[in-house]
Amino acid sequence: MRRQSVPPAVVVLAAIGAAFFILPLLGLLLRAPWSEAARSISAPETIDALKLSLIASLSATGIAVVLGVPMAWIYARLEFPGRSLLRALTTLPMVLPPVVGGIALLLAFGRRGIFGSWLDSTFGITLPFTTAGVVMAETFVAMPFLILTVEAGLRSMDRRYEEAARTLGASRWRVFTRVTLPLIAPSLFAGAVLCWARALGEFGATITFAGNFPGVTQTMPLAVYQLLETNQNASFILSLVLLLVSLLVLVGLRHRWLGSV
Amino acid sequence: MSLEAAVHLALGTLELDIQITLSEGEVVAVLGPNGAGKTTLLGAIVGLVPLRDGHVRLDGQLLEDTTTRTYVPTEKRSVGVVFQDYLLFPHLSVEENVAFGLRSRRVGRRTATEQADRWLERMGLATYAASRPSALSGGQRQRVALARALAPGPRLLLLDEPLSALDVSSRAEVRRDLKQHLASFPGLRLLVTHDPLEAAALADRLLVMEQGRLVQSGTPAEITERPRSQYVADLVGVNLIRGRADHGSIRTPGGAIVAAVEAESGDVFATIHPRAVAVYRRRPEGSPRNVWPGRVAGVDRMGDRVRLRIEGDVPIVAEVTRAALNELDLDRGGDVWLSFKATDVGVYPT
Repeated sequence: MRRQSVPPAVVVLAAIGAAFFILPLLGLLLRAPWSEAARSISAPETIDALKLSLIASLSATGIAVVLGVPMAWIYARLEFPGRSLLRALTTLPMVLPPVVGGIALLLAFGRRGIFGSWLDSTFGITLPFTTAGVVMAETFVAMPFLILTVEAGLRSMDRRYEEAARTLGASRWRVFTRVTLPLIAPSLFAGAVLCWARALGEFGATITFAGNFPGVTQTMPLAVYQLLETNQNASFILSLVLLLVSLLVLVGLRHRWLGSV
Repeated sequence: MSLEAAVHLALGTLELDIQITLSEGEVVAVLGPNGAGKTTLLGAIVGLVPLRDGHVRLDGQLLEDTTTRTYVPTEKRSVGVVFQDYLLFPHLSVEENVAFGLRSRRVGRRTATEQADRWLERMGLATYAASRPSALSGGQRQRVALARALAPGPRLLLLDEPLSALDVSSRAEVRRDLKQHLASFPGLRLLVTHDPLEAAALADRLLVMEQGRLVQSGTPAEITERPRSQYVADLVGVNLIRGRADHGSIRTPGGAIVAAVEAESGDVFATIHPRAVAVYRRRPEGSPRNVWPGRVAGVDRMGDRVRLRIEGDVPIVAEVTRAALNELDLDRGGDVWLSFKATDVGVYPT
């Protein structure tokens, strides 16, 4: 062991930084109207928002897994011109302001959007301001987390297991489903949880593309925002619920982020 | 039944250019130092490493041929591989590992499991069927890897350094088992290794490979008697000199003349056992015709024997006893004279 000398300024600045994160959480915990918790959570509009949030975020995660894993595989395994550009484009929503994502979705899939108008005139399908729109907005914002996590998993896995499977006569599909996927299962799980947490908290793209209609497109974060004007206590309680979920995700993935400390 | 492969390819700094043939009934080992291209050769035979030029033919079936652009994908080749660190699937049980190849070839779950169990029984691992590979010892894993490779009934079995992942204590026993299992496998058998003991113990015929090329082939006895490369000479522990014979003497490329009674004419290899080399502090006078000065550049102790690496016109390793080393006061090197008899030089054509 080495004796660590501690510069006081570093400790002070670090403490201020830590307080910046801890104080808001403390505020939420201390000011939460615990006595009204049960009533706020069981209110019909809260239940609706909770249900919608769960359905939409889980659907978004499902879509992200089905489409994102193949994308991650292609990024990790194939070399083709424009791969970096394609990867950048498909992970852009991680850094894009969500409201911009919502507007972009509106311009593409809106009733008068370039693709949306065709969908509307050919199939009579309209996406904006529907629950499907919520799922789309959440998928748009959250899928990149899954893609990048799974791609990292694919890059770090020992590919010789795949070669071993091929020498045993496994078709490419069998190698993928029976060897590759199980071996990257931890990455896939982490990516899916990350994706789900991001989808659950989605606000900007959802409100822009899908609006804020209770029971149809009003998810938890949108309900929190609206209740802040009309029923602050309920808004606090819902915030606590979302905080709890985030905490659970963090604890569940602690080995990934915090090491095995 | 036979395997015939002509492999020419470049991978990084390695350039592989080698032809091998394997017949029924023999176990062949490719012996070579690390980086010689042994694993790459196996990869080329099984179709995982693309050939630049050449062909692979198994039992008359063309698996790959660059001139006709034939390529049978790895999963369609009847080749079983035991990988260097076995690569047992960590997420599957031992039984599922062994059944994997059968399931891949569309054998029903029930039949595949039954056959896998039979293989495990043969390997003495029946009680481990439900275990994960991580719960097994190195020797047990090796047997699972062998069972997994053999279960689908391949015509060719490839083994990549089959014993190198094991610790020394279990190696001898696993080697004995492996030899038995190899003997009972009816197909073609090819293994690669950097360990000459392993190669000699398991194989009937050795192919010595260096820097992507075949430098020598033959039975273990032939190879130890007549090394044809510095690598093999080092493995066997003899001095190897290459030169041009001229009735009783050999001229090395460096210009030194070595007297050797067996030398006739043409390019030859000459071997001198280190024990045949005598070392003196002063110029000796006597019958040996090979006498020259040198400088001790290294001292390797091997039990009560000591090997001296002596630099001079012809670099030579001499073996002396510990007592002689002390008497000659050569612990820290020094100038010496060495001698050996012209009758102690083995000579054979290159």
